[in-house]
Amino acid sequence: MKHTIWTKPFYYVFAFFIASISLYPIILMILSSFKSSAEIFTSPLAFPKSFTLETYKNLLDQIPFMTYFLNSTIVSVVSVSLILITSSLAAFYIARFTFYWNNMLFFFFLMGMMLPIKLGIVPLFILMKDLDLLNTLWALIFMYTATGIPISVLILTGFFRTMPHELEEAARIDGAGNLRILWNVVLPLMRPALGTVMILQFIQSWNDFFFPLVFITDEMKKTIPVGMLSLFGQYSADWGALFAGLTLASLPMIVLFFIASKQFMEGLTQGAIK
Amino acid sequence: MQLATDSAKEVKKQKKRNWKRWSIHLFPIPALLIYGLFVVYPLFAALTYSFFDWNGMVRGDFVGLKNFKDLFTLEPFSGYFWNAFGHNILYFVLQMIFQNGLAFALAYIIFKKIRGAEFLKISYFLPRLLSVIVVGFLWKLILNPNYGALNVLLEKIGLGHLQEAWLGDPDTALIAIILVNSWYGLGFGVLIFLAGFQSIPKELMEAGKLDGATGLAMVRRILIPLMIPSIMIMTVLTFIQSFEAFELVYAMQGSQGEPYHSTDTLAVYFYRLAFGGSTGGSTTAVGLGSALAVVLFLFISIFTGLYLKYMQKKQVDM
Repeated sequence: MKHTIWTKPFYYVFAFFIASISLYPIILMILSSFKSSAEIFTSPLAFPKSFTLETYKNLLDQIPFMTYFLNSTIVSVVSVSLILITSSLAAFYIARFTFYWNNMLFFFFLMGMMLPIKLGIVPLFILMKDLDLLNTLWALIFMYTATGIPISVLILTGFFRTMPHELEEAARIDGAGNLRILWNVVLPLMRPALGTVMILQFIQSWNDFFFPLVFITDEMKKTIPVGMLSLFGQYSADWGALFAGLTLASLPMIVLFFIASKQFMEGLTQGAIK
Repeated sequence: MQLATDSAKEVKKQKKRNWKRWSIHLFPIPALLIYGLFVVYPLFAALTYSFFDWNGMVRGDFVGLKNFKDLFTLEPFSGYFWNAFGHNILYFVLQMIFQNGLAFALAYIIFKKIRGAEFLKISYFLPRLLSVIVVGFLWKLILNPNYGALNVLLEKIGLGHLQEAWLGDPDTALIAIILVNSWYGLGFGVLIFLAGFQSIPKELMEAGKLDGATGLAMVRRILIPLMIPSIMIMTVLTFIQSFEAFELVYAMQGSQGEPYHSTDTLAVYFYRLAFGGSTGGSTTAVGLGSALAVVLFLFISIFTGLYLKYMQKKQVDM
């Protein structure tokens, strides 16, 4: 089949048509959040005629959104920090030192990427109960840290291996210990890799709702995604409030994405390719 | 006297040097502890749980393979199991077609350098930023039979006869969910395939052109073989994700896989067994649930392993 005159226009129409299918539901969600329920029912596709913020006010009056938001922020920030610390220590060890068990160790961490952790949820539930962590943010922090470690170790080990040794050796001759070398010499050079891990894990922990679904029943300990779950049970008739809730839940990520879209997209794919 | 302090200093120095040398072995320990306790231990525990009789969340007698036998043959458990298993297979096949097939084509178009590539990439990727629960609820509203945007849209463009109660009809509910999942994952696939296209050496494409390969022949003979690594990644990821499918079904159709279990998946069924609601009530069946987890786990790892091995061989052969 030769490239014919209509190939290029066909590409354009096709690519932009699919793009509109990707975007339209999100735009619809945001626009609908400014409509009253009545207006959504009568004209769901039109632009909002009366721009109302009433839906948001209703929503915030009835659900503790700020609490959810704060919980999500704490859980994500703490677990991403823990992931960065523990994974870079482990990856530094695996990539920079050659002990005969290093490959085994690497493989042990890798295993975690193939095993669906959801399947261990019953023992996890019992473990969390025994550790008295049910209904605490720590349960989520530990889960996101533990499940984030495998891929982070993998990405960071890959980057460590590509870095030249000379600077480290110079620091070692100057008498610097391992921790100092990692902190002062290696990590500053690793910013791109650390950024990748950070973004990847941040999306993961911010958006997850499986672990809070199982571990959290206390309203004040919920993160945004599980908070949304109860929202749907309570307000099934108030579509305006529902759309407002979905928009609020998505806004932080969308804003972050527009600040750093390239890093976001690279971060997620790096995670899969590396 | 002077000599003694000198040697004491020397010993101290030596100790410090030794500490510096072996302290490195402490580095992987925090990661190992957290990962070991919250990922590795629970998975192995789930394996042993499957050999015991469970009374609620309390462990009873050792029963050998009885849980496995019940899972496969005892009604109503076996009925749920095979029903959900079929849905998982369909999930995988349709995801491969809708999500990955489309993603491959779109990545190829972007790779051909059309204008607006950056805008297109961002548009395809944007849904991936939403929480799965938001995706589920958003589409539940859009697919609502009375006020949902899709049916209204169909009406407006004169296709009113195609209107459906998408999520309420057992014939369309599962396909609707799979399509929503493809909508969510499309952009990620585009990025993976695009990275694959971009890693193909230009010389190979040039050589192909000189040999007179154009259009589809070029795609089939040169692009696809060179794309095997990214095709492999997407296939494995899609496979694992299809057999773990839980969040979207739970968000859109609840823990029973409504209507009439027509959207049930193994992970949703597993959730019911583990946390109650397996037969509509609230009794848990931890032993059966663990057996299901083991089966699912073996199934995923065996197939992924075989597939990776097969594809690697294929890659070497070329």
